[in-house]
Amino acid sequence: MSETPLITTRGLSVGFNIGGSIFGKRILKAVDKVNLDIPLGSFYGIVGESGSGKTTLGRALLKAVPITDGEARYDDGEVSYDLTTLEGSELKDYRKRAQLIFQDPYAALSPRMTVRDIIAEPLEVMGLTKGREETDKRVREIAAKCRLNLEHLRRFPHAFSGGQRQRISIARALVSGPKFIVADESVAALDVSIQADVLNLLKELQSDLGITFMFISHDLSVVAHTCDHVAVMYLGRLVETAPTRAIFEAPRHPYTKALFSAIPSLDPDERGGAQKLEGEIPSPTNQPSGCKFHTRCPHVVDQCRKVEPTLENAGSEHEVACHRWKELLAAMPA
Amino acid sequence: MTALIDVENLTLQFRTDEGLVTAVDNVSFSVGKGEVMGLVGESGSGKSVTAKSLMHLNAKNAVYSPESKITLHTEDGPVDVLSLRRPGELKVVRGGAISMIFQEPMASFAPAVSIGKQMVEQLQLHSDMSKAKAKEVSIEMLDRVGISDASSRFKQYAFELSGGMRQRAMIAMALSTRPKLLIADEPTTALDVTIQAQVLDLMKDLVDEFHMGIIFITHDLGVVAQTADKVAVMYLGRLVEEGPVRPVIRDAKHPYTQGLLAALPKLDELDASLTPVPGDIPSPLERPPGCVFHTRCPKYLGDVCREKDPRKLEAEPGHAVACHIYTGEGS
Repeated sequence: MSETPLITTRGLSVGFNIGGSIFGKRILKAVDKVNLDIPLGSFYGIVGESGSGKTTLGRALLKAVPITDGEARYDDGEVSYDLTTLEGSELKDYRKRAQLIFQDPYAALSPRMTVRDIIAEPLEVMGLTKGREETDKRVREIAAKCRLNLEHLRRFPHAFSGGQRQRISIARALVSGPKFIVADESVAALDVSIQADVLNLLKELQSDLGITFMFISHDLSVVAHTCDHVAVMYLGRLVETAPTRAIFEAPRHPYTKALFSAIPSLDPDERGGAQKLEGEIPSPTNQPSGCKFHTRCPHVVDQCRKVEPTLENAGSEHEVACHRWKELLAAMPA
Repeated sequence: MTALIDVENLTLQFRTDEGLVTAVDNVSFSVGKGEVMGLVGESGSGKSVTAKSLMHLNAKNAVYSPESKITLHTEDGPVDVLSLRRPGELKVVRGGAISMIFQEPMASFAPAVSIGKQMVEQLQLHSDMSKAKAKEVSIEMLDRVGISDASSRFKQYAFELSGGMRQRAMIAMALSTRPKLLIADEPTTALDVTIQAQVLDLMKDLVDEFHMGIIFITHDLGVVAQTADKVAVMYLGRLVEEGPVRPVIRDAKHPYTQGLLAALPKLDELDASLTPVPGDIPSPLERPPGCVFHTRCPKYLGDVCREKDPRKLEAEPGHAVACHIYTGEGS
């Protein structure tokens, strides 16, 4: 893809002030110097454990948390915004163009509003339609697109199952005609049988409406099936980015490899052969020096404890931040 | 294998304002010592309610049918679980011989009481240990499940631990009374894959060490394939398929089990599109007649599925399925 990416970030950081004294603030770096290019029309996966900063990154791009450092640009061909300084009427316009789908469809919908009102609310708040009739028409269009039964629009969310609720949340996100949607763990709370249905719907929206998705998930098998590109995060840093196929066929970073081998295999005879990660992700308030993964990495050497690796090229569009990836690749049995 | 718990014809309904709601319908299974059974199904299929029946833990409006029978085999002879009434009698199935681990470890610990105090309290309730001895056992158990620096963790509160750590503490607490049967209700669903792998490993080790039976409730067939010896698949309160883990996963017979397997994203077939099980699980208030799965079944045979409840057949020894494709009554 040679076009300008929809989202470009350079050195994007998000820090939260967590107290301190007059001698200095204590800053928790949730997202740390992230360079990201999300191509227009792509399904871009962000993967990592809880606490890796993937949600904060998504929210920063939606201007839901302040960006503390670095650059971030949105360019959909019609408009181009600098996300770090965006405000006023331009910010309002950006809200139409960028939307969020939440994880828990049970918590994300107001129990006191009918499905019609839930889907219509963004239209009314943003003043996108001229009257009730137009609003209703738009709501019906979107509901049909999300395969919701039009008779259900008068009902309240409690009457729906998890999968149906998630389709309602998707309809609400779509109604303002966005170009960019952040889907934050949008299928994590669903049963596998329903999960496939919602994923297929999202893929359909990507191809029919040309919406670019940033798909945040901890489930690698789901990401493998839906995304074109994957970025792996660890403690606020990107450790590896690549087209999905490349990263699944040849993961380079030890963390990515460990994430893959932790997925339970469907084969009952393939038990326990996996390379397991010891310990847990360190607290972001007390980050390790050097490579942030060194405390859990099976291949750690002295250099890893001292020097932080940067992303380097490891193939076509494939980047990895590890001191030893070449060495490990050479040592790997073919 | 010595039987540990036998469940026979368990039927459970809830009395509600809208009438009797059937949650579990004529379910039978047994778990032996050192055996791990995976209980699989979507939300609303009755897995958790079934598990709670084993501890007689369902709400007051639960009605068990007269045919329902749950027998727990203990050293002091068999116990008829459903006939237990008084709190003193129930102790044996609630934390004594049976322990349970829940999905949300944060919600299962009292927030304002330290982890250690909660462990000591339940140990003293189930044995005649002194407080000092109970503390010693608790710390030993925390150490056993891989919590480093157990004696200082002992004094901490649930919110001070990370998700994986909390689930380990939950397991330590459930196992400290040396139960014969452990019920694990989606114990790894809230955890990251890396931590999930650690917790599953730990549970496997503990089965070997304590030789207890485990009922593992989950909707993740990958987790089942990795841990269970046998599998029971539930749909709307019915057991639709059961058998040893290999045949059930490799050669599933029931269309519902096949659907669950097809819906699972597989890493070795990236281009294959995902096939959802069509439709949603019906509300228990609107239980379909005949085969409960016929409203969503891709292999629907017509009238026989809508009218007649399929009987259970053995597809091969130990591998049973309830579906009209195999009963031959459809043709």
